Amino acid sequence: MVHSFKNNGYYYLYDVESGNLFNVDKACFDVFNGEESNYSQKEVDEIKAEINELTQNGLLNAKNENNFSGEKSLTIKSVCLHISHDCNLRCKYCFADEGAYHGKRENMPFNVALKAIDFLIENSKNLKNLEVDFFGGEPLINFDVLKKTVEYAKEKADLAGKNIKFTTTTNGILLSKEVSDYLNQTMDNVVLSLDGRKKVHDYARPTANGKGSFDIILDKFKYFRSIRGNNSYFIRGTFTHDNTDFCEDVLFMADNFDQVSVEPVVLPDSHKMALKNEDLPVLFEQYEKLAKKYVDRRKNKESWFSFFHYNVDLLNGPCLKKRVMGCGAGCSYIAVTPDGKIYPCHQFAGEKDYCLGNVFNGVLDNRLRQLFSKSNMFTKDACANCWARYHCSGGCSANALHFNGDIDKPYELACQLIKKRLECALFVYDREHNLPQN
Amino acid sequence: MKHIKTVVTPKLNNSAQNTGCGECRSSCQSACKTSCTVGNQVCEQKTEVLIKTHK
Repeated sequence: MVHSFKNNGYYYLYDVESGNLFNVDKACFDVFNGEESNYSQKEVDEIKAEINELTQNGLLNAKNENNFSGEKSLTIKSVCLHISHDCNLRCKYCFADEGAYHGKRENMPFNVALKAIDFLIENSKNLKNLEVDFFGGEPLINFDVLKKTVEYAKEKADLAGKNIKFTTTTNGILLSKEVSDYLNQTMDNVVLSLDGRKKVHDYARPTANGKGSFDIILDKFKYFRSIRGNNSYFIRGTFTHDNTDFCEDVLFMADNFDQVSVEPVVLPDSHKMALKNEDLPVLFEQYEKLAKKYVDRRKNKESWFSFFHYNVDLLNGPCLKKRVMGCGAGCSYIAVTPDGKIYPCHQFAGEKDYCLGNVFNGVLDNRLRQLFSKSNMFTKDACANCWARYHCSGGCSANALHFNGDIDKPYELACQLIKKRLECALFVYDREHNLPQN
Repeated sequence: MKHIKTVVTPKLNNSAQNTGCGECRSSCQSACKTSCTVGNQVCEQKTEVLIKTHK
């Protein structure tokens, strides 16, 4: 299968099975798509000969020579630790019920965190690289337990010969210099939540007393950036139906930070901030505009930044098996809530029907895990003819279940956005790697 | 070629590259926590090679 697309005035052929990318001229693009009338027969023949040559060499219309139809590994690698189900913000789009996950507001006691770490290490078998993500609610509300957990996890990992990579996601309200220094020293990745311009951020992310949080956090985030050096962090935002001009928010964030990730909101259709199908043309335009500005800004050291969704390393990306198996929710990835219950991922926290077990008895619901284990790119009908399938691997299981009631029926609006983002990422890759050829 | 320029040929369908060792980061956890972005990840084995080469 070959996908042809235009982006910012350039034309491309992308081979789905091999991941090969070709920059073509307009004539080739037209002929490939059966529009030959504007070209001489000689030119059409010439173009077809070039396409045939690539096909003969296995570079276009490549065949899928592997069939990873097996089940996902159930060896646990990653734990999302809901260290607090409380929050000092009241974000209007919060999937986590403003931090409480449809339960009570509570912090995770240390004994639960300790058991979760034990559970991770005991169930990680031969894997060396493990992950613990401090998540919420707002993790810094329970900062003392977070610190004790890191200390405990490091000791246990050393004894077991494992390497745990820590991440903390924070809204920044409690990010003092001391906390920043601690996170900088201990975390492999820190995710700082900012939605962009002040008016956008303040509207979506008010404090518990209804005031904007932008002015409270921006300087704190800037301080963290100033000490972070080359280590991993993200300024991470969400755009909604209310700021479909999100390109401006990304560029605002990039004025101050160099590692940016901005995501489309995921909300039920009934929510007034939910993205709608009619938003798609504007969103596509915004992604394309952003891609062009992104390439331009990255030419200068002073304005260079990284945008997560355009950062696709086509040569060093994951192996095909990972691309087919996709998200590890419920299999290699679990979420643990403050009461010690285990869920397939953070998106399921608090949903009784999807509780896998708890960290105290360490027994997981095998029937439920099988549901996730058996799902992969090949079990999703919508992916069979989708050119982007090796990049999103069938999408988010939680979104599929929440929108369509079936883990194997992807959330269509997200599919549309992923495909546009990927076209933009391929454009960016081309513009930054396209060297003169004979 | 006159009309086609090759940008990159990762040859994903080459079986030699497909070990499935499981050491790479969880896709959702890698950055964003909302969408499945497997293609944005980097192979852990290749990362280690790149780091060692750099050193």
